[in-house]
Amino acid sequence: MFRLFKLLKPYALSVAAVFILVFFQSFSEVYLPNLMSDIVDVGIVNGDTAYILRMGGRMLMVATIGTGCAVLARYLSAKIGVGFGKILRSNVFSHVESFSLQEFDRFGTSSLITRTTNDITQMQQVTLTMLRMMLRAPMMCIGGIIMAVSKDAKLSLVIIIAMPILVVLIYVFGRISMPLFKAIQEKIDRLNLVLREVLTGIRVVRAFNRVDYEKERFDEANLDLTGTTIKANKLMAALMPAMMLILNFTIIIIIWFGGIRIDNGYMQVGDLMAFIQYVTLIMFSLIMLSMLFVMIPRAAVSAGRINEVLDTSCQPKDAEQVDGAVNDSGYSRKSPCPVGGEQISGAANAEDKGLVEFKDVTFSYPGAEKPVLSGISFCAMPGEITAIIGGIGSGKSTLINLIPRFFDVDSGSISIDNVDIREMPQEELRSRIGYVSQRAVLFSGSIAENIRYGREDASDEEVRGALETAQAAEFVFSMPEGLDAVIAQGGTNLSGGQKQRLSIARALVRRPLIYVFDDCFSALDYKTDARLCAALKKETSGSTVIIVAQRVSTVMGADQIIVLDDGRVAGAGRHKELLDSCSVYREIMSSQLSLEELA
Amino acid sequence: MNAEQKEKGHFRAMRPGGGHGRFKRAPVEKAKDFKGTLKRLLNFLKPHQFKLFAVLVLAALSTAFSVMSPKIMGKATTELFEGMMAKYKGIPGAGVDFNYIAHILFVLGALYLISAIFRYLQQYIMVDVAQNTVFRMRSQINDKLSRLPLKFFDAHTHGEILSRVTNDVDTISSTLGESFTQLVTAVVTLVGIVVMMLLISPLMTLLVCFVVFPLSLILIKFITSRSQKYFVQQQRVLGELNGHVEEMYTGHRIVKAFGREERSISEFNDINEDLYDAGWRAQFISGIIMPLMNLINNIGYVVVCVVGGIYVMKRAITIGDVQAFIQYSKQFTRPISQTASIANILQAIIASAERVFEVLDEPEEMPDSADAKVIEFPRGDVRLQNVKFGYTEDVTVIDNMSIDVKKGQTIAIVGPTGAGKTTLVNLLMRFYEIDAGKITIDGMDIKEIKRGELRSIFGMVLQDTWLFNGTIKENIAYGCEGATDEEIVRAAKAAHADHFIRTLPDGYDTILNEEASNISQGQKQLLTIARAILADPAILILDEATSSVDTRTEVLIQKAMTRLMKGRTSFVIAHRLSTIHEADIILVMHNGSVIEKGTHAELLEEGGFYADLYYSQFAGGDSDTQAATAT
Repeated sequence: MFRLFKLLKPYALSVAAVFILVFFQSFSEVYLPNLMSDIVDVGIVNGDTAYILRMGGRMLMVATIGTGCAVLARYLSAKIGVGFGKILRSNVFSHVESFSLQEFDRFGTSSLITRTTNDITQMQQVTLTMLRMMLRAPMMCIGGIIMAVSKDAKLSLVIIIAMPILVVLIYVFGRISMPLFKAIQEKIDRLNLVLREVLTGIRVVRAFNRVDYEKERFDEANLDLTGTTIKANKLMAALMPAMMLILNFTIIIIIWFGGIRIDNGYMQVGDLMAFIQYVTLIMFSLIMLSMLFVMIPRAAVSAGRINEVLDTSCQPKDAEQVDGAVNDSGYSRKSPCPVGGEQISGAANAEDKGLVEFKDVTFSYPGAEKPVLSGISFCAMPGEITAIIGGIGSGKSTLINLIPRFFDVDSGSISIDNVDIREMPQEELRSRIGYVSQRAVLFSGSIAENIRYGREDASDEEVRGALETAQAAEFVFSMPEGLDAVIAQGGTNLSGGQKQRLSIARALVRRPLIYVFDDCFSALDYKTDARLCAALKKETSGSTVIIVAQRVSTVMGADQIIVLDDGRVAGAGRHKELLDSCSVYREIMSSQLSLEELA
Repeated sequence: MNAEQKEKGHFRAMRPGGGHGRFKRAPVEKAKDFKGTLKRLLNFLKPHQFKLFAVLVLAALSTAFSVMSPKIMGKATTELFEGMMAKYKGIPGAGVDFNYIAHILFVLGALYLISAIFRYLQQYIMVDVAQNTVFRMRSQINDKLSRLPLKFFDAHTHGEILSRVTNDVDTISSTLGESFTQLVTAVVTLVGIVVMMLLISPLMTLLVCFVVFPLSLILIKFITSRSQKYFVQQQRVLGELNGHVEEMYTGHRIVKAFGREERSISEFNDINEDLYDAGWRAQFISGIIMPLMNLINNIGYVVVCVVGGIYVMKRAITIGDVQAFIQYSKQFTRPISQTASIANILQAIIASAERVFEVLDEPEEMPDSADAKVIEFPRGDVRLQNVKFGYTEDVTVIDNMSIDVKKGQTIAIVGPTGAGKTTLVNLLMRFYEIDAGKITIDGMDIKEIKRGELRSIFGMVLQDTWLFNGTIKENIAYGCEGATDEEIVRAAKAAHADHFIRTLPDGYDTILNEEASNISQGQKQLLTIARAILADPAILILDEATSSVDTRTEVLIQKAMTRLMKGRTSFVIAHRLSTIHEADIILVMHNGSVIEKGTHAELLEEGGFYADLYYSQFAGGDSDTQAATAT
């Protein structure tokens, strides 16, 4: 947790200033009783009204200066604390933005959101509280002890004995209660989990008539949570009274010994009164410190979660010597791709065509025993449609996600126009690709803005054209605002099919060399699908198109079909060829078509 | 604040972003019916009334004792002062009467001890009361949820409901006990202190009251009104920031694919800067309340010192009383600010309680009639007779539908995405009640069958597979309590799930994580099929999902489904042509209603929507009939 505070460096001066201001504030606080004792010991004893008034005036002045310091300190600490949150938030966010999908998926979207928002707010709050209260407590303690010793060193012994007792008490309580509060948090999470499951599966729960079972599960979690909460709170119920008791008994002892010392003429009554006030100030500071026990564990959890994010280094790094110019002769040209007996060779031919080649690619997700893809080799030619088909877990989506380098291959290589994609800067690589994901993602903003996400300088004409091709023009222009119609966050005001078509348009407007469609036609009805395919074919005729698809109609028309089975290529070729040669392909086809249609 | 208003208010006034817990709630929330809700909340506490009474008494006593102590302590100081003054003036034999002081200190010690014990007891009991109340509240909501009709769950997001059971109950849980005792303590303290101060010196009391009271009130009012503005602004910007983060993270893949990281970061930094601006102002302004209150306190302190000093000189008051007065005046502001914050907390509690009660007040599922029947050995004949149904009163989605399904027949439900294909499921399983007509199973009206029994006649494999956080074994056995391991494995084998289960690190004991993301969508589907197989239902409801499950394993799924369907009446939300071909009845749905009904051949002949749909799938894209747009 304290590691994160290194980020406070730009505020070092302000932090130092807060220390000094808080010191003065605390000092003024403990100085007041001192003046009061003068009123008693000098003013009252001598019957000097003028003196009393003068001292009163001085007290007001000290109090005002103290408050001034406090206000200034709070001003600075507000800036420091909130500034700390700002820096931390910005660091975390830009770090996460640099994550590849591999790191991203390790945390999960919702977890990353919480880490970027709630956890940081939590840290900010703790920093603020620390600057405000935790800093003041030790200063008050020290100031109080200094004043006490200067009044009467011997009597101060009482404080010096009482303080450790209080500290030990707070420590013991903290040690016992901290794990309990942690457990409470876990049990709340558990309860939430159980309930969320029931809510998401309400139909299943009822269909299987398991309402009572779920109720039991909930009650169990509920009872468990309540039990621990009661235990923890009962423990904490004793802390406050115990601390007050120690404080009060310290005062009693001080009066007794103070009384003796007054009787012997070593001390004056005003001093004793001041002394009692010091003790109160010191002890209350300690009690304030005990609040740390509530805050620190929670903050430590947040800090840990933030650190986990910051400590995750991004996997695919740009190759070091990359300077942006991809087709410089410095790069090694890999062996050209043999397709259909024809060899495409020489830099001139391959330059900026969008030839995608997989060479013996093997990839496994971290921690997995088996690779998802192994020994994949194929070529996707410019001007052709390459369709990828296969069963669950056959690695289709993974394969396609390797092309924009969302993940890096374990062995083998993927190259575009004979340049290994790991040797290109990621930006350069991705600028060549028009990617459409499986689940359409749109951002809040107008439709035009969303389409221009593909290419910022696309003209209205181009945007219109892309919408046209993507079969989205009709519904877009039937909306009263047309291109300026606003998409809500998460695209909730559009249907799944509409979102998919817009995300296709977004890729189209980019006019890339390579189109990557990750199974993005699933939410379209058959007719739109067919029309879209026909339009796409025209639009993308010069580009390399790689499609993961499920519908027979989409796959059948492809120039090349790659059949994946369990992470390996089970067959490649055209529809008719595969029907004859590839049993896996036949199996897939027959699941969708009846026999007459196959013929 | 009347009943009608409450009725209408149900679930309308959700706080923005309710439930996700991501957006912090606005500083102060107002309840709609403060009094009524408070009354109900107190009713909730009723079983604990004796304990509550004890808490009240203990709190009052404990506070009273601690209020008395400064006055008593003052006596010791006075005695010391007098003794010393006497000595100072040289009166022979004068000195401090230590017996007297010892006596006072002893009394003081006893007071402190009793006060501490009482305070501890009071909190100890209160913990029990508060937590048990919350426990009951949580279980009541949960019980209630199990009796609510599906309509409720379809109309409210999970986040909304979750937030009521957790966030709202938590608000009540963490503050109910504390604020109750604090309120008692604050009131007793305030009254006690004023009484003690008046006893010591009415004039000084008035002085202190005139300085401290109005100044504090003005200050609090002034500051909160200013800081509120910044807090609201902060809240708004925070919402904006959270929205941006949520959006960018959800679309991470797209942001990367289109190389827009820089843009996203710079936009984030802009919002972050705004947040900083509003944030530090809000923190600063609210942060100076404490020091300023302290200043007011200190002014009171100085007044007491000066006036008290002069009074002592004039012998109008003892020095011990001045000391006591100082202590009182220092404590004086605490109950004031405490009650202010309790008032806020109470508002929040009531607002939360109101939301909880709203759930508890929702209309429940029609209870099973007392003579509800059980079909011992269901065959699976299903009949719909003139069924009429609509989700809302004014829109009828099924009108006068009659179907006669014999045991073992297959009914295919087809239509574009979002055409409302789950409606029939909702009706058959009585998740929703039909408006008119009758649905019978084996000749018995489903309204006369016990809900649980009715539902156990059905087996369900839906597209959104539902698995819970437990082992695979437990998940398969979900539909059939007390299934043996052997039966589970047999079901898994029949569902073609056995193979992949065995490749998982812990096999059947593999624990599915929270989102069940450690297995693929298709594997989940296979598990739900295994679950249905094990449950061995007479009637099946299947969703031949395609969007997330595909091709090769779909073959496995199809095989498993076909095996499952054998000999059972099946309602299939169909995507596969073969299924549709072979179905005994096809129901075509569009825009939420059943628009056509018949066999494949009949429907083609009819040349309606179905025929259109059917031809468009394979006929290419140049048909100019109106496309069935997905809704």
